Amino acid sequence: MARIFAYIVHKGGVVDDSAFELAAAARKIDAAASPTAILTGWGADLDAACKTLGASYPEIWKIANEALTYPNAELVRKALVKVLPSGGIVLVPHEHFGIDLAPGLSIKMNSAFVSDVLDIVGVEGANLKVVRQEFGGQVSAHVRCDISSGAVVTIRPGAFKAVEITPGGGLVVDKSPDVGTLAAGRRYLETVVAEAGDVDITKYNVLVSIGRGIQEKDNVAIAQELADALGAAVSCSRPVVDAKWMEKSRQVGSSGKTVKPKVYLACGISGSFQHLAGIRGSPFLIAINKNPKAPIFQVADVGIVDDILEFLPELTNKVREMRSVA
Amino acid sequence: MKLELRNSVEVNVEILVCVRRVPDTSENEIELNSAGNDIERDELVYSINEADNYAVEEALQIVARVGGNVTVATVGGEDDEEVLRREMAMGANHGVMISDEAFSGSDGKGIATILKAFVQKGHYDLILTGVQAEDGGAQVGGMLAALLDYPFASLVNSIEVLEGKKLKVSREIAGGNKEMNEIDLPCVLSIQTGINEPRYVGMRGIRQVAAIPIPTFSASDLGLGANAVGETAAKVKRVDYFTPSLGKGAEILRGSREENIDKVLELVAAKGGLK
Repeated sequence: MARIFAYIVHKGGVVDDSAFELAAAARKIDAAASPTAILTGWGADLDAACKTLGASYPEIWKIANEALTYPNAELVRKALVKVLPSGGIVLVPHEHFGIDLAPGLSIKMNSAFVSDVLDIVGVEGANLKVVRQEFGGQVSAHVRCDISSGAVVTIRPGAFKAVEITPGGGLVVDKSPDVGTLAAGRRYLETVVAEAGDVDITKYNVLVSIGRGIQEKDNVAIAQELADALGAAVSCSRPVVDAKWMEKSRQVGSSGKTVKPKVYLACGISGSFQHLAGIRGSPFLIAINKNPKAPIFQVADVGIVDDILEFLPELTNKVREMRSVA
Repeated sequence: MKLELRNSVEVNVEILVCVRRVPDTSENEIELNSAGNDIERDELVYSINEADNYAVEEALQIVARVGGNVTVATVGGEDDEEVLRREMAMGANHGVMISDEAFSGSDGKGIATILKAFVQKGHYDLILTGVQAEDGGAQVGGMLAALLDYPFASLVNSIEVLEGKKLKVSREIAGGNKEMNEIDLPCVLSIQTGINEPRYVGMRGIRQVAAIPIPTFSASDLGLGANAVGETAAKVKRVDYFTPSLGKGAEILRGSREENIDKVLELVAAKGGLK
């Protein structure tokens, strides 16, 4: 069985949750796997991150290089190619860094590539069989990946339950000398922090959240009227921001805000995993969508198959009626 | 009044945008076919992959600011010509069809290998792809860059052309933050949705470009052997489709709309959402 490596994302000395999820994925590929963590970075932050991995990784490969202080994927790729043996299976979290790093890494390692994996069926001969989703999560697919010359696999955040494998492990091996000088045609400049919006959607107990099903900018008012009646705020999913119907500060999801309301009304939202990643604290999730196949119905507590453009105004009227009686 | 230009550089950027025609998930309920080996494609509405359309719009805006040309290319077949025409109607200068029986069954690396061969037939300063296709793996752009040894950036949500064959690009990272990078040309960028507002294309616009010839490149035109691409070269293959079952699923309310509204209000109140 090929050796399995997990690329560890870390920041400020703290490793990302994905570090432990990748260990779980490695064990699903090979129940007897002793996966090796691989970290790049510089200074005390890197050392601190290495120290926290002992419970899940028997061996930790550290690549310290000043050029890797910020994880520029172009430089990280070059460093990894110098250190990783050929034929290995490299696991990478499927988020903004992994998407940047992994496809090119597979080319440079001359290995197979499969992305955004939700589950692992197992190894069958020379093939790794995995589960992916397509068409915004409306259908799943089994995918077979020939791992005879190694593989780079990106793993969906949250899809695997973190495991502890070898308490007392965590031998740190310094691979820095193998790397040498790093340079790339892309240079990190700075991180620009998102602007705060007019409404802080993270502060509300109830969110009326709208998706593509709102259909046009003028219809946002329908959701706002309901939110006003409920004392809630209007949030949204990515397509609404892409279409410039609402500000980015209203977006819930991995590239937007993380919210923890008590009640989340998902209105015309299909329910992509990037959107769901922004909903924390297990709110009561009510989904209204006219597509009965919308993935949001798999995760919602209560679902209604209906057109939000008709349903929401009637709901608003009912709330107002109740308020006037009370 | 001083005109504010986002770019005062005149550099003439030759841009290639790689696009795909995909089933439109906003228009379709995707279902499995009876054999379970594919989705039911008969009734599907196809359109340009959404992120690819943003990439074409971005290319057109760059060329409007600094000069240059936009070529749109797709690896596909006859049916895919409509998306090239659509993007040409938006303003792309050229459309190119890359098509051969030998390409069918290609995995992501196969498609990237085909595109690399095409890129090397011409001179492009900037190559754009959409960040991900509806049925894709967010992979071809990064692979193409690695095959060409060009720098790459993914999830790009703004582009500024700088002096000296460079761009300043921002990448969308967690929490809506932006990672700013400088990147040398030639390079490959994968474009995130929302980077711009793609212009509207009407039937009239599409008719106006209907007669423009679209050259086709075959495997032999690109010097690609049968073993480099297609089914035989593919290390990654879809085995089947199935319906996902995540969690227990929602309790679907099947009452009248009025009954459903009453139930929703009752639940919202019970969960502490009505004060």
